[in-house]
Amino acid sequence: MEIPKSFLGYKRENGRAGTRNHVIILPVDDISNACAEAVANNIKGTIALPHSYGRLQFGADLELHFRTMIGTGKNPNVAAVIVVGIEPKWTKRIVDAIATTGKPVEGFSIEGVGDIDTIAKVSKKAQEFSMWASEKQREECPMSDLWISVKCGESDTTSGLASNPTVGNLMDKLEPLGVHLCFGETSELTGAETVCEKRGKTPEAQAKFKKTWNDYNDFILKEATDDLSESQPTAGNIAGGLTTIEEKAFGNFQKIGGCQFIDVLEPAEEPTKGAGLYFMDTSSAAAECVTLQAAGGFNIHLFPTGQGNIIGNPIEPVIKLTANPLTAKTMSEHIDVDVSKILSREMNLSQAGDELIKSTLRVANGRLTCAEALGHKEFVMTKLYRSA
Amino acid sequence: MSNTDIIIHDEKDNVGVVVIEKITPDQDCNCWIMENDKSVSIQSKDEIPLGHKIAMIDLNEGDTILKYGHDIGKVVKNIKKGEHVHVHNVKTKKW
Repeated sequence: MEIPKSFLGYKRENGRAGTRNHVIILPVDDISNACAEAVANNIKGTIALPHSYGRLQFGADLELHFRTMIGTGKNPNVAAVIVVGIEPKWTKRIVDAIATTGKPVEGFSIEGVGDIDTIAKVSKKAQEFSMWASEKQREECPMSDLWISVKCGESDTTSGLASNPTVGNLMDKLEPLGVHLCFGETSELTGAETVCEKRGKTPEAQAKFKKTWNDYNDFILKEATDDLSESQPTAGNIAGGLTTIEEKAFGNFQKIGGCQFIDVLEPAEEPTKGAGLYFMDTSSAAAECVTLQAAGGFNIHLFPTGQGNIIGNPIEPVIKLTANPLTAKTMSEHIDVDVSKILSREMNLSQAGDELIKSTLRVANGRLTCAEALGHKEFVMTKLYRSA
Repeated sequence: MSNTDIIIHDEKDNVGVVVIEKITPDQDCNCWIMENDKSVSIQSKDEIPLGHKIAMIDLNEGDTILKYGHDIGKVVKNIKKGEHVHVHNVKTKKW
């Protein structure tokens, strides 16, 4: 198949392009969720991104909170942002950082005003942003404007046999076109960590990966009360035939095809070394991982599943594929791309990769994913440790 | 080409994955090795559902399970060729 050279995206002020055109109401903290949700109920064309944290965090955990908030606002799938927090200082820090993209952004704080008057003020601004964004048109953008993140979930052996290698095939075909790519899931590379380390393109990238995985493993050994067998593999993984974390890891690892990673990113960190594959240090919990990748600036997500994970994200469309013929049948409303014909050998990997490229471009051009149509908007902050 | 019942990733692997809804005891199964596109056959001893693994050779306690050509765990209970391989007879070497 000849790979298309472009897609239809929304060009942003900073030169990036979005596959979506969201106006978001972003609460800085848990207690500002009610205000953000009230505004999103009032003003059509806006979405609130409620979450559970943002108070009394400190150190690296607080920095990750800010990085996630700021990165979400900066993501090119977002046309304009309103930030609402209880107090002005943290709100302003987020607004100022998002403003560096050149997109419209405004901040409001609730203290000394109360919810009702804040909702009125924010609603007026949200209406202005929503109507402004509604006039944006899709334009032709080069494939290199696609920033594709990947993460698998509810994996089974069909993931390692077919759906993850299908994603790997897409990576092999799109990497030469200058696409940014990202995989994560530090914990779920356990067992394949030395093989993964060797995929670093430079000694620096390899060393950075090794340190990231070792730090994670030290943390697990320190915190674990038993041996993690209760959660890795998950009950769903085991039902699907996966026996050990090593087996899961080698299956997981198929998602990067033959690509080498050029750098290792902190959670929610934006890549800065140009096009190519990046590893991001993330949890393997689906919603946490995708939220971090979206905050890193990725604008479309590929999610292979075996037993049927149903995750979505509010700003980054999540395309699901499965090679499990039972999942494709019993959970068809969640599956965007069915590659189960690989198992019956009616389709080869390259054909499946081509199908996935076609579906990815349709979604990039505006087709809703199953998760979007079903209203999945899981926005989940990663918390490094307890708050003060 | 006959239907494929079991797929094996790598020629070195000592387990294969069932890719039909299930295989039944004493079923003669066609296996396809992805790495080199070769075919082999095996007779199953257990009922094994889609996605679960079958032992391609006799395996003894302490042996290493190879899949993708890599070490994915150790045998903790002897397994006969054709039997179901899963959490009841294989454990991780990690934790």
